[in-house]
Amino acid sequence: MIFRGKVHKFGADIDTDAIIPARYLNTSDPRELARHCMEDADPAFPEKVVEGDIIVAGKNFGCGSSREHAPLAIQAAGVSCVVATSFARIFYRNAINIGLPILECEAAVEDARPGDELEIDLNGGNIRNLTLGKAYQATPFPGFMQEIMARGGLINYIKERMKSGA
Amino acid sequence: MGMTITEKILAYHAGKERVEPGELINCRLDVVLANDITAPVAITEFEKLGLNEVFDREKVVLVPDHFTPNKDIKSAEQARYVREFARKYGIINYFEIGRMGIEHCLLPQEGLVLPGDLVIGADSHTCTYGALGAFATGVGSTDMAAGMATGEAWFKVPETIKFVYYGKMPRWLSGKDLILYTIGDIGVDGARYMAMEFTGEAIRELSMDNRFTMANMAIEAGGKNGIIEPDEITLAYVKQRAKRPYRLFQSDPDARYAEVREYNVSRLEPQVAFPHLPENTRPVSEAQGITIDQVVIGSCTNGRLEDLQIAAGIMKGKKVHPEIRVIVIPGTQEIYLEALRQGLVEVFIEAGAAVSTPTCGPCLGGHMGILAKGEKALATTNRNFVGRMGHPESEVYLASPAVAAASAVLGRIAAPWEVIK
Ligand code: SF4
Repeated sequence: MIFRGKVHKFGADIDTDAIIPARYLNTSDPRELARHCMEDADPAFPEKVVEGDIIVAGKNFGCGSSREHAPLAIQAAGVSCVVATSFARIFYRNAINIGLPILECEAAVEDARPGDELEIDLNGGNIRNLTLGKAYQATPFPGFMQEIMARGGLINYIKERMKSGA
Repeated sequence: MGMTITEKILAYHAGKERVEPGELINCRLDVVLANDITAPVAITEFEKLGLNEVFDREKVVLVPDHFTPNKDIKSAEQARYVREFARKYGIINYFEIGRMGIEHCLLPQEGLVLPGDLVIGADSHTCTYGALGAFATGVGSTDMAAGMATGEAWFKVPETIKFVYYGKMPRWLSGKDLILYTIGDIGVDGARYMAMEFTGEAIRELSMDNRFTMANMAIEAGGKNGIIEPDEITLAYVKQRAKRPYRLFQSDPDARYAEVREYNVSRLEPQVAFPHLPENTRPVSEAQGITIDQVVIGSCTNGRLEDLQIAAGIMKGKKVHPEIRVIVIPGTQEIYLEALRQGLVEVFIEAGAAVSTPTCGPCLGGHMGILAKGEKALATTNRNFVGRMGHPESEVYLASPAVAAASAVLGRIAAPWEVIK
């Protein structure tokens, strides 16, 4: 999978209340969630974001609640990939489970500026900042998680396992 | 080389002799939990699998507690979706309004989580049950759906940080202060992906209610789980509630820890976490004088009986400061009833506080006490992120029930000894 998109940059410890405030959790409709995505961190984000854009953020992205509405909102907003210095544990798990591509790469995060164009090869964990003309190598996923992602998320993965009787 | 309690519980549920940190394992689950916000997403995912039943009708637990009693039409639709699912699949542990409570107060009370269990919950504060000597961790809705279907989940065995608390607890110090201090020390990602094991003489002396408060906030340091080895205090709590057998695990003396941190509690002051991160902690003496608009006493962190007893002990015979409002939310119906019997509810109402039926309510900015622009609250809850309790320009300070009650009386952040001499 190769993604190409413009950078939206955020700081460290972006929590799930900033990604999708709890006041909107009386629905789980992804399109409605997308309308408020990142609202408490950058109120203009839902307006600005276009299909394929990339969120770049500092350490501990997605800390706080276990709400899967957070990666769902990001996915529904059209974001193709999130690159962060590090992810909070539950967000990391949720993103893989729903098939939202994420990568950890401190150097790429440090260099990236808002509006920069990134090209990401998810399988190899390769990130290229086309604006700066620089290349980075992200930490690759363990094979088992790559398998979940390759099948489009945990539910499909389990479906196939159940079919094969494993 | 020995194992930690966390490693032992994971190994047991993976059917292995031993596990090593970093290992990916598949584990059997004893409890799979969700609430009215996370269950709907999980149910939709579960239905995609086309199964006729959940893996175990007793081990799936559904608690509508966040936006209930239904705060608006959309919440009512979500709650109905969960209720209908519970009926269709014969879920035994579904708790309706009037019989429910905030999930993490309710499950231990009902004996649904026991020592040695492995629990996943589609709620980040599922880590609360580590206070019983169980491995419990928060997951998302898809993990919950997979858990409901298969009764299993995958885990990466975490490394453990050991936190040793020694010395004698001063009068007004509580579990809330210990955990706030710890988060202030290591930061909101200080234990990311790791197990937090709380131990030492001060922990051995702590009541169950205080232990639940500590394990509850492990997630606020990024922890995968918080855990306390079971002892006589645990057993006294569990014995009257358990309806099935349970297992007691202890860390080996030669278990391996990523890090050991020690704290002397005897000189600690009650802590206050300033906006907008739980790690922004300071001793209460550095917060005294900050004016507030609202006090909230409740939540899965501090909505238990002992919390209400301490708050009532301070507010008894006194009035809520005229310029602020106080909302008290017992964690479960059982706690509510007991607070009523002990005269605590009377103390709160006579003081001029509102007492609510159990709900998460204002803790996540849902309902029952939302903050307006620019308002400040002091709450016994666990998160003070931007917008957590309402308007993005409102502020939340976190503290113990004792500090909350003293602040309620004085109308500003206050130490308990300012009210009770
Ligand atoms: S009381 Fe607050 S932290 Fe606890 S489960 Fe409810 S919303 Fe979450």
